[in-house]
Amino acid sequence: MSDTTTDEHAPHTLDRVVIRFAGDSGDGMQLTGDRFTTSSALLGNDIATFPDFPAEIRAPAGTLAGVSAFQVHISDHDILTPGDAPNVLVAMNPAALRANAGILSPGAIVIVNVDAFDERSLTKAGYETNPLSDGSLSAFTVYEVPMTSITTEVSKDAGVKPRDAERSKNFFALGLISWLYTRPIEPTLAWIDERFGSKPLVREANVRAFKAGYHFGETAELFESSYEVRPASLEPGEYANITGNTATAWGLIAASVRSGLPLFLGTYPITPASDILHELSKHKHFGVRTFQAEDEIAGIGAALGASFGGQLGVTTTSGPGVDLKSETMGLAISLELPLVIVDVQRGGPSTGLPTKTEQADLLHAMYGRHGEAPLPIVAAKTPAHCFDAAIEAVRLAVTYRTPVMLLTDGYLANGTEPWRIPDVESLPTIDPAFATGPNAEGPDGTPRFEPYARDENTLARPWAPPGVAGLEHRIGGLEKADGAGSVSYDGMNHERMVHLRAAKVAGIAADIPPVEVDDEGGDASVLVVGWGSTYGAIAAAVRRVRARGLQVAHAHLVHLNPFPSNLGEVLARYPTVLVPEINMGQLSRLLRAEYLVPAMSVSKVQGVPFRAAELEAIILEHMGATAAAAPSDGKVSD
Amino acid sequence: MADTATTNGAVPVPLTTRKDWTSDQEVRWCPGCGDYSILAAVQMLLPDLGVRRENTVFVSGIGCAARFPYYMSTYGMHSIHGRAPAIATGLASSRPDLDVWVITGDGDSLSIGGNHLIHALRRNINITILLFNNQIYGLTKGQYSPTSEVAKVTKSTPFGSLEQPFNPLSLALGAEATFVARTHDMDRKHMMETFRRAHEHRGASFVEIYQNCNVFNDAAFEGITGKDHRAEMLIPLEHGQPIRFGADGEHGVVLRSDGTVHIVDVAEVGEDQILVHDAHRDNPGLAFQLSRLSRGPFEPTPIGVFRDVERPEYGTQMSDQMAAAEARRGGKGDLAALLRSGSTWTVGAG
Ligand code: SF4
Repeated sequence: MSDTTTDEHAPHTLDRVVIRFAGDSGDGMQLTGDRFTTSSALLGNDIATFPDFPAEIRAPAGTLAGVSAFQVHISDHDILTPGDAPNVLVAMNPAALRANAGILSPGAIVIVNVDAFDERSLTKAGYETNPLSDGSLSAFTVYEVPMTSITTEVSKDAGVKPRDAERSKNFFALGLISWLYTRPIEPTLAWIDERFGSKPLVREANVRAFKAGYHFGETAELFESSYEVRPASLEPGEYANITGNTATAWGLIAASVRSGLPLFLGTYPITPASDILHELSKHKHFGVRTFQAEDEIAGIGAALGASFGGQLGVTTTSGPGVDLKSETMGLAISLELPLVIVDVQRGGPSTGLPTKTEQADLLHAMYGRHGEAPLPIVAAKTPAHCFDAAIEAVRLAVTYRTPVMLLTDGYLANGTEPWRIPDVESLPTIDPAFATGPNAEGPDGTPRFEPYARDENTLARPWAPPGVAGLEHRIGGLEKADGAGSVSYDGMNHERMVHLRAAKVAGIAADIPPVEVDDEGGDASVLVVGWGSTYGAIAAAVRRVRARGLQVAHAHLVHLNPFPSNLGEVLARYPTVLVPEINMGQLSRLLRAEYLVPAMSVSKVQGVPFRAAELEAIILEHMGATAAAAPSDGKVSD
Repeated sequence: MADTATTNGAVPVPLTTRKDWTSDQEVRWCPGCGDYSILAAVQMLLPDLGVRRENTVFVSGIGCAARFPYYMSTYGMHSIHGRAPAIATGLASSRPDLDVWVITGDGDSLSIGGNHLIHALRRNINITILLFNNQIYGLTKGQYSPTSEVAKVTKSTPFGSLEQPFNPLSLALGAEATFVARTHDMDRKHMMETFRRAHEHRGASFVEIYQNCNVFNDAAFEGITGKDHRAEMLIPLEHGQPIRFGADGEHGVVLRSDGTVHIVDVAEVGEDQILVHDAHRDNPGLAFQLSRLSRGPFEPTPIGVFRDVERPEYGTQMSDQMAAAEARRGGKGDLAALLRSGSTWTVGAG
């Protein structure tokens, strides 16, 4: 963070800042963070966000377990992560302070709602003495602001009950931070109008609280100055701030439009995937059918039934749901029908950590079915990339008549970043290429339809939804005779079919781009290989290492099955291959098995993403360099 | 079967015979299995229904009955255990133009797939469910099923089964089914008539078929479906008719003031006391009572259509919602507009 000051009253200019809003689950911190993010995005900053909330809908108020936080990183240049250590913490109560003080950067600004620091709340948060007075926060600049009392006071004559008025205190906080970082207030006021238009009293209370927060910053003379973060110079174009789940939903709709296949989502509510269902259910005018099934199995079953009928069948879930869907995925592999299974990964095993992120379903996606049952796997690397990854998953599913797993995770699902809205015409077209007539001849020379006669290039079988005379056929989970598709128990035929199904999936390697290696100097000896949501942290760590004048390479996999065709050759070029994953080393295991390279796992399973600094340290360690040996110029950012 | 150039509804449905609906696959059920006569009844009925082969789909799960789709010359899917109603739900709700039949058994849809069955009925998916009830697991070679009687001795219950069986009709009625019927494999005419009515019904139709598994549970229904027993042991339900049975209609069913139904001698109570069957009654209570009249295939047992009421069908409602959304938004979705539907900002060149 660097400051440049021109005159006394003008805001200080910062290149970036990481702000963390924290409060009780019921305090509206996610909404506050989201609004701040939106006004920053509209201002043209680059942004990255990290909502971090408990699994309980309403954990006991005032406790550490109930703390909900939203972290946003805004900057005037391109950034990759929500930031390692917040520069600003807004803490609505003692628990929010206690849960977050440990991760702040030195010298951070801490703004507390001092009204909430009574003895009872302090005890509930586990404080024995008041941190505001016992000196424990001396490393920070602490501002004590009576948010609750001011918020209640300003709504006194508006006819709002004090209890209700108090609930607007998150808007006070938002107003205050908006002033501190010179955000325009109009977008937020317009948003309050729209959102609460039907509840005039709530709207009034929120507007008053928001303005009061803003004016407090201006007039209280508590703060020496306000700050500004100038717009980032992003690639020209139209942008929106988008979460991974919304990007996934829109990607699926885009794929439906570009393929002409009506979208059918069969699903069951599960954290953190449900928002995809919520989003898709709004877009029925795109010909989207959403079906909330009785269970995970019915969700994928209905999607597969729709695929049989010539629709774009999709199911969305998280780990526990994937367990339940495994049998139907096997059926889809045997039927060779297009189907997309979206797994928004979360901490496991079992119920695990529903609201926390993890990447531990890779081997499950790869091998989690009985029999030889390969399917293609695509993984999104950033929230916005979920859009492209969803389209790619559909493209592979339709082209190769196969179920495809799309892996995202809780961090991508809820995180946001600016997304350069693509031109619709630039999106890939997907050809369903339905069967139109007989494709074989019977023994007597009469034309007939063979549901398992394959395309020579793709090895895909014909897709012949019901409704076309002459193409009637029966398919099922029993092994089928190569070509004719009738039931076959012949061992040699089974072996041929096992190999054909595997070859079909393996052959996709010729239809996907080679993995790109970011090796700036071309001389690196350490290659960091990642997949999925570790992209931002790895890329940021690589930047940090390079800022020290050292070389390091980064390759990030979007296709996990099959791997890009050049991957083996890329891995062989580097003496050291590091594989950071939010799991116990699943990709590193696959790389070792597939390419016989000594890929090393860098593992973290704490329900949170890697921090750029921790990866930086690990990379340096493997280069034989230490952080002290070649200090960075302090200019790098994540 | 005469060829049709198009599937357009304007083209008359070609005349077909049973042979046109029969696939080239050799039927592999055990000789003497009741499944053969059910297959024949369906194949003989279809030419009469005015439907097209290419618009007809049979979906099954796992079990002996589940081989059924392979023997039909229509579209078909032999899926996985218990899931046929779920798969058919996706197919039927997204393709309202199709005739979707679900072929299942007592293990398939009352045990492993129980959840899907009740929800398909509740949602009123436009499918015709034929449940082959033989009160045993056939394909896995003779374990007791959820419809086996208490104390049944099977391979997995050498000391007798401890479990209260399901009454499939009571279950279906409890699951808000709009069409519920029972028939049996010994009476082709009755099967064909029951299937015809089930097919005509818009929404989920549920037909229980008493089916003899002559290998693992032979003659389970013989006591009521055998030619010599039928008159005394089967109670035909016909809409609008008094419920009577016996060689001369000497027995009948009455409704008592406590809401229960009972078998009586018509001569004793008088003809005007006999309950007149009303399959279209909105309240399923009486149909439920009738479904409980017999405790099993050893007592006089009603067959025929128990319930046949109208309720909006799921797929149509789904399509209606889509059409309404389109009307509200003034047309089909515009992808470019969707992608710009949030708060957006523009970054200029340079
Ligand atoms: S085991 Fe029983 S139900 Fe199965 S085919 Fe043989 S006779 Fe029929």
